[in-house]
Amino acid sequence: MAPKASSFVGPGALDVSFEVNGHPATVHIPPHRTLLDTLRETLGLTGAKKVCDEGTCGACTVLVDGKAVYSCMTLAIACEGRSVETVEGLARDGQLHPVQQAFIDHDAFQCGFCTPGQLMSIAALLRSNGAPSEEDVTRAVTGNLCRCGAYPNIVAAGVAAARKAGRA
Amino acid sequence: MKPFGYARPRSVAEATRLLGDDAVAIAGGTDQLGLMKSGIAVPERLVSLSGLTDLDGWTRERGKGLRIGALTPLTDLETSAGFARILPVVPQALALAATPQLRTMGTVGGNLLQKTRCWYYRDEAFPCWLKGGTRCFALEGDNRHHAVLGAEECVSASPSDLAPALIAYDASVELRGARGGRTIALADLYQAPHGAKRAEHTIRATEVLTAVRIPEAALARRATFLKAMDRKAWSFAVVSVSVAARVRDGKARDVRIVLGGVAPIPWRARSAETILEGRALDDATCRAAADGAFADAEPLKDNGHKVTIGRELVRRALRSLADA
Ligand SMILES: Cc1cc2nc3c(=O)[nH]c(=O)nc-3n(C[C@H](O)[C@H](O)[C@H](O)COP(=O)(O)OP(=O)(O)OC[C@H]3O[C@@H](n4cnc5c(N)ncnc54)[C@H](O)[C@@H]3O)c2cc1C
Ligand code: FES
Ligand code: FES
Repeated sequence: MAPKASSFVGPGALDVSFEVNGHPATVHIPPHRTLLDTLRETLGLTGAKKVCDEGTCGACTVLVDGKAVYSCMTLAIACEGRSVETVEGLARDGQLHPVQQAFIDHDAFQCGFCTPGQLMSIAALLRSNGAPSEEDVTRAVTGNLCRCGAYPNIVAAGVAAARKAGRA
Repeated sequence: MKPFGYARPRSVAEATRLLGDDAVAIAGGTDQLGLMKSGIAVPERLVSLSGLTDLDGWTRERGKGLRIGALTPLTDLETSAGFARILPVVPQALALAATPQLRTMGTVGGNLLQKTRCWYYRDEAFPCWLKGGTRCFALEGDNRHHAVLGAEECVSASPSDLAPALIAYDASVELRGARGGRTIALADLYQAPHGAKRAEHTIRATEVLTAVRIPEAALARRATFLKAMDRKAWSFAVVSVSVAARVRDGKARDVRIVLGGVAPIPWRARSAETILEGRALDDATCRAAADGAFADAEPLKDNGHKVTIGRELVRRALRSLADA
């Protein structure tokens, strides 16, 4: 069968389906809607924060197909058929994710505004690297700005979370 | 953002048919969406290239050099051990570009085709010359991030860290249009905006950049990338320096010195390259070449530091080739 010739959709709203935190979701949105606005406004998932809206802070970091990206610079329509994970999906069955627990244990936040993004960047790192060094964690959160300067504790929490997850 | 139509073709041929003056390509979107959010680009339609999976990845064929697909995410080149053995200067440059998230999203083609970061260009309130206005606001405004070399009507600086590193290896790019393809030197993908040419790229509206090629012979060069930044991370180059050369018996051949952040295009310091051809890379020679690289510099009121820093980075980069 010849592949269907593609043509343009929009600019009006259309159905876009993807997986959010393991559950299928279909949203009715126009092509210019970002993933961040779709998560926050259409799906009510406000964990990813909207701060700069231009790729210069990292507060909107989520995982798409397991990789950390800025949801403010991602179109929701580009996520059709893909898997999206937000900070709301980290805890399972009432149990905090090891990174979340490590952030509490290491006092890895002050105001907490950057925290959801930091958690997602470290969660992505731990999937590909079970025993990250301080340097690995530092690199992983390079794209997550912390205005409070909590970096030393964020990095310590990341390293500790990997150790704990390794033992579990 | 102004609403737009959207298509995601599955082949390059289809993509070239859909592209046009009002239908713009989007790859990772990290630059394109930024321009659209600030009202600098207002296309009627976007053509997503993310379905062109054939253009994702790189191959090395003995005798045929290296070919890098335009849709390859920057992260993939940065973290591949195999790629680092072939062209280590690219991961070196990419590790200092943007952030991990942006390198996951951003692609090779998009990086080479990103627009200048000039803050007057990026601000809708300034109808600057490059956007079709009558003057370059940076000439008299705050021009600390602007060009010191090669500028005509517009003193914007070229932002890519990847382009200079690839030009140091004589890279070419494959472009496909609705009526066939052409291959040009990567250096010729850029033009200093001048006269009727109010753009820093020479790609046509209906063309897709499909791949970057590095000739086999160039892969024998060693290279170094150095970058001065306002911060240690997440910062465009104040100056970046990519140098490459073949070094045999202590003598340098096929020397390339390509600078980022100092001119409207990736800037090849040809007269400085000539100084080094066939010579030993001792400190005096490297210093002379570094001075030569900036001999024609015309700093603006706020960016004289680019010359001082740039000279020193060129000297250090060249010296590192001797020690390698
Ligand atoms: C905060 C921030 C910091 C950054 N810091 C750096 C840095 O330090 N160094 C650096 O080098 N870069 C930096 N960048 C730029 C970043 O690397 C680029 O935005 C990215 O590489 C662009 O790739 P993309 O795939 O997202 O391109 P897109 O945004 O999708 O596209 C960019 C342009 O290229 C065109 N295009 C893309 N692919 C093709 C193709 N295959 N054929 C034809 N046209 C195409 C698009 O139409 C558009 O005009 C930074 C960006 C941000 C937002
Ligand atoms: S809100 Fe996305 S990077 Fe700042
Ligand atoms: S804890 Fe306040 S911004 Fe990071």
